[in-house]
Amino acid sequence: MEKEELRIGVFVCKCGSNIAGYLDVEALDEYASALPNVVFTQWNLYTCSDVGLDEIKKGIKEQNLNRVVVASCSPRTHEPLFRSICAEAELNPYLFEMVNIRDQCSWVHMNEREPAMAKARDLIRMGVAKAALLEPQEIITSEVEVRALVIGGGIAGLTAATSLANRGFPVILLEKEKELGGMLRSLNRLAPMDVDASEVISKKIKEAEDHPNIDVYTGAAIDKVEGFIGKFDVTFSANGTTKDVRLGVVIIATGAGNLVPEGMYQYDGQKVITQWELEEKLKIGKIDGNNVVMIQCVGARSAERQYCSRICCAVAIKNAILIKQMNPAAKVYILYRDIMAYGVENEEELRKAKQLGVRFVKYDPERPPVVEEDKVTVFHHLMGKELELPQDMVVLSTPLIASEDAVKIANLFRVTLDENKFFLEAHVKLRPLDCATDGIFLCGSAHYPKDVRESILQALGAASRASIPLAQGEIKIEPIISTFVDRDACRGCGLCVALCPYGALEIEETDEGRKANIITVACKGCGVCAATCFRHALGINSFTDEQIQAQIHGFLAA
Amino acid sequence: MEKVTGSNGDFAVTVRKKARYVDEDLCTGCGACAEKCPTTVPDEFNMGLGKRKAIYKYYTQGIPSTFCIDAVHCRTFQKGKKCGVCEKICQAKAIDYKQEDKILELKVGAIVLAVGYDLFDAAKLPEYGYGRITNVINALEFERLLSASGPTEGHVERLSDLRDHELIHSGEKKLKKATKTLGKYEKKHKKSSADFYKEFTAGNISDGDEFAKWAKQYESVQEATKKLEALKAKAEKFDVATRLAFIQCVGSRDFRFNKYCSSYCCMHSIKEAMIAKDHEARTDAYIFNMDLRTVGKGFEEYKVRGAEKTGLNYVRGRVAEITQDENENPIIWYEETTSQTPKSLTVDLAILAVACEAPKGIEKIAEMVGVELDHNRFFKTDPLNPLDTTVPGIFVCGCAQGPMDIPESVAQASSAASRAAEAVAGKA
Repeated sequence: MEKEELRIGVFVCKCGSNIAGYLDVEALDEYASALPNVVFTQWNLYTCSDVGLDEIKKGIKEQNLNRVVVASCSPRTHEPLFRSICAEAELNPYLFEMVNIRDQCSWVHMNEREPAMAKARDLIRMGVAKAALLEPQEIITSEVEVRALVIGGGIAGLTAATSLANRGFPVILLEKEKELGGMLRSLNRLAPMDVDASEVISKKIKEAEDHPNIDVYTGAAIDKVEGFIGKFDVTFSANGTTKDVRLGVVIIATGAGNLVPEGMYQYDGQKVITQWELEEKLKIGKIDGNNVVMIQCVGARSAERQYCSRICCAVAIKNAILIKQMNPAAKVYILYRDIMAYGVENEEELRKAKQLGVRFVKYDPERPPVVEEDKVTVFHHLMGKELELPQDMVVLSTPLIASEDAVKIANLFRVTLDENKFFLEAHVKLRPLDCATDGIFLCGSAHYPKDVRESILQALGAASRASIPLAQGEIKIEPIISTFVDRDACRGCGLCVALCPYGALEIEETDEGRKANIITVACKGCGVCAATCFRHALGINSFTDEQIQAQIHGFLAA
Repeated sequence: MEKVTGSNGDFAVTVRKKARYVDEDLCTGCGACAEKCPTTVPDEFNMGLGKRKAIYKYYTQGIPSTFCIDAVHCRTFQKGKKCGVCEKICQAKAIDYKQEDKILELKVGAIVLAVGYDLFDAAKLPEYGYGRITNVINALEFERLLSASGPTEGHVERLSDLRDHELIHSGEKKLKKATKTLGKYEKKHKKSSADFYKEFTAGNISDGDEFAKWAKQYESVQEATKKLEALKAKAEKFDVATRLAFIQCVGSRDFRFNKYCSSYCCMHSIKEAMIAKDHEARTDAYIFNMDLRTVGKGFEEYKVRGAEKTGLNYVRGRVAEITQDENENPIIWYEETTSQTPKSLTVDLAILAVACEAPKGIEKIAEMVGVELDHNRFFKTDPLNPLDTTVPGIFVCGCAQGPMDIPESVAQASSAASRAAEAVAGKA
C-alpha cells in the first residue's frame, strides 16, 4: 500500500491562564509549524471548548489533516473528547496524539519560564514525531453470552442468583454440597433480628429452586474453564454427569471455612468447643452447667493469622444472650481483646448482653487466658489482676478462614487471592465487588468474613455489577492492546503466556508452528508481553517500539 | 426534591434545580472568574478553614466542572452594589445573572436515597472544649489540614497558629493604611509624626480637631505596631503540629448522644495519624480508644503496621477532659485503663473522631417519600432486606442507612442499583 502524505495538525491550548500564564503559547504554535510533516497549526484559548473543537474539525476537513496533535492538558481529562471529535470529522480517532504541556509542564514549572518553554517545545516535538507513525485502530466489540454462572449456593450465591434471575437473566447455580444453603444450614438463630437461620435460608433456597431462570446443580465440581468475559466456557460435573456451558459472567460466592482450633486452649470438641459447635448445641437447646467462658480471637489477630475475622464478637454476644435468656442463672464471661461491635445493631446487642449480665473481661494477648479442667484463669487487663473463672463449658471464637476450594477456583478462573487466600477485589474502595479479571465478580465470605446482612448486600451488588455486560449484550474494547508487530518472529516460547496477568495470551499450534495467540477481549494493554518478548514479535497498539523510539529521536533532535 | 407521588414502578418526582447563574454548556471551568472575584467567604468544603470566592466550585475535582455563584454573598445580587467582574472577565460568556431555578418533572420506576450523613457537633460535649479551645478540632477538619489541596497545602498546623498568621496578615494591611494616613498629616505640616506627638503631649500645640485626630492616629499606629511585633515574635516559634491526640467515640457509644458505634472512625483516625507521620517524621500520635474496631479486610494488619512501622501509640481509655495550657496547647486528661493510671498529655492538636449522624433534613425527605426512620433517625431497613425502605420501590444506600466506610458504601450502591433494577423489572 502506498504511504499517504503525512499532514499533521498541531493545536496548542492556552487553557485560559493555566498554560498561557506561564508559557508563550503563540510562540509554541509557531515552533510547531516548523516541525516535520506539520502542515497546520492553531492556538486556542480553550481547545476543549466548542470553539476549539470546531477548529479541530475544520482543520481536518479543510486542511486534509490525517494526524492531529493537541498540546494541552492530561489525556486523563480530554483525550476521549478529542478522539471523538476526530471521529466526527471522519478521521480515525487513533490517529490522534495528546501532549501534556499543562499538568506536566506549566503547572509544575510555574516560576521557570524559559526552561518550561524548552520543555514544552521538547514535548510537542516528541508528540509530532510519534504522531507520524500512528496507525488507525478499530474499537473491538465482542458478544456476551447472556447467562451467568454463580458458584456457591449459600446465602450470598442464592441472593445473587435470584437477583439476576429476577432481572430476566438465565443463571446456572453450582453448589459443591448435596444441598443448597451453605453455612446458614448449621446456624441456630440470627442477630439482631432474632430469627431462625434455617427459616431464612429455606426461604431463599425455595425462591432460587422455583425460579424459572435458575438452573441449580448440587454436588457440583468445576473441571475446566476457558475463555473470557462474554464467553466463559465452563465444564462441570454434577451427580455423575458432565456438562459444558458457555457463560457471559461469573459470580464467585464460595463462602469460607471454619478454623478448627486443634491444640489451642485444651480444645476437645466436647467441653471446650467452638462457637460453631455451640450453635449446634443451642439449636437442640442443650447447654450443660451454669458457667460458660467464651474466649475471643482464638487463632486470629495473631502472628500466624493476623486478620480480624469481623463477625466473631457479634456471634459470641448473640450466643451469650441466648444462653442468658435460656438460663438467667448462667454465668457467661466473654474474654476479649477489643469488642468489635461495630455499627448500629452490633453495639445495641452488646448493650443488651451487658444488661442481661454477660461479663466482659479484657485480656492481654501477651498474657492469654489459661484453660484448665474446671476453670479458666485470666489476667483482667483493666483491673490489673488475675481472675479464676469456674467453667462447665469453654467456647472458643475462631475466625472464618478461606474456603478449601479457593485456590482451585482462583486457578481455574485466573483470579487473585489475598495473603489469607480470600478472593481479592479489583480495588478496595472503587471496585469492591469485581475481580481484576473482567467479567468475574465476588461476594459474601469468599471475599472476607461477613454476616448475613453484609453477604446479602454484597450479593445484590455483585449481581448489579454482573448484570451490566449481560444487559449490554456486547462489550467494547479499546484497541490499545497487545498486537503482533512481527508474527514470523514468534517461536511460541510461551514466556508471554506465563507473565500475562489477565490470561490474554495462549500458545496454539498453527501451520507455521507454535505461535502465541492474543485473546484481544481479555487484554488490558499493560505491555508486559511486549516488554518481555525477546523476539520483538509483540507490541502494543499506539505504543509500538517504533513509535516510542520516534519520540526519543524526536527528543534528541533538538 | 420537592414532591414525590406514585408508587413502586411508577413514581413522579418534582425536582428544583437551583440556578447556578453560570451556563453549564458554556463554562469551561477555567477559574478566571474566581481569581478576580472581589468577595471572599469561608470555604465550606475546607470546613471553614480556608477561603473561597463568591463565584466558586465546591471543590477542585467537582463534577460538573462548572462554577456557580453564591447569590447570598455575591455583590451583584446584593442590593446597591455594582460589581459584574466575573461577567467581564469570562471569555466564554457563561455568566448569566438572570438564570432562574428550573422545575423538573421526572418519571421514574424506583428511587434510591443516598443522602449521606452529617457530623456530630462536638460542641455538645463541653468537656472536650471544641469551639472553645482553638486547637481542638474534628477529624474532618484535620483531613483538610492533611490535604495537599487544603488550606495549608498538607502542612499540619495548629489552628491558633493559622489564626495568628491571619491576624498578622490583616494587621499589616491595616497598619499600612494607617501609616499612609499619618504620611498625609506629615506632608501637610512638614513634620514627622514622632516630633509632632512629642510637642502635642507636651502641650506645645494648641488644640484643634485635626491635631487631636493626628495624635490619636499616631497612638493607634504605635499600638498596632507593638501588637504586630509581639505576634510576629510569637509566630517565629511556630512549627508544624507534631504532637497529635486522636480522641475516639466523640458522640458515639455515648448514652447522652448516639448509642451506636460509627464504624469507620477507628480506621479513619489510624489513617490520619499514619498520613500525618508520613508528612512529618517527627509526628508523635496517640489514639485514645475504648476498642479499636479494625473489622475490615486488611484493617487489623494496617493497625499493627501503624504501631510497629509508624510508631503510633494506641491508648486504651476514654478521655475525660481536655483543657489548654498558656500556649493554647490542648492537655488531654485520661485514665490509661490497661495500667489503671490517671494521666495527662500535652499535645499540639486534639482531633475528635466525631460520630456519623443521619443528615439534617432527613425527616423532611422521609416525609416527602413516605418512608420510616429508625430510632437513630437513619432510614429504616430490615437486616435481611438491607436496601429496602418501608416503601416498595424506594431503596437506600450509604450512610443514610447507618454509618459505614467507603468500600461498604460503594458495594451498597451497586446493591441498591440491583434492587432498583429489579423494581423497574417489576420484581421487587
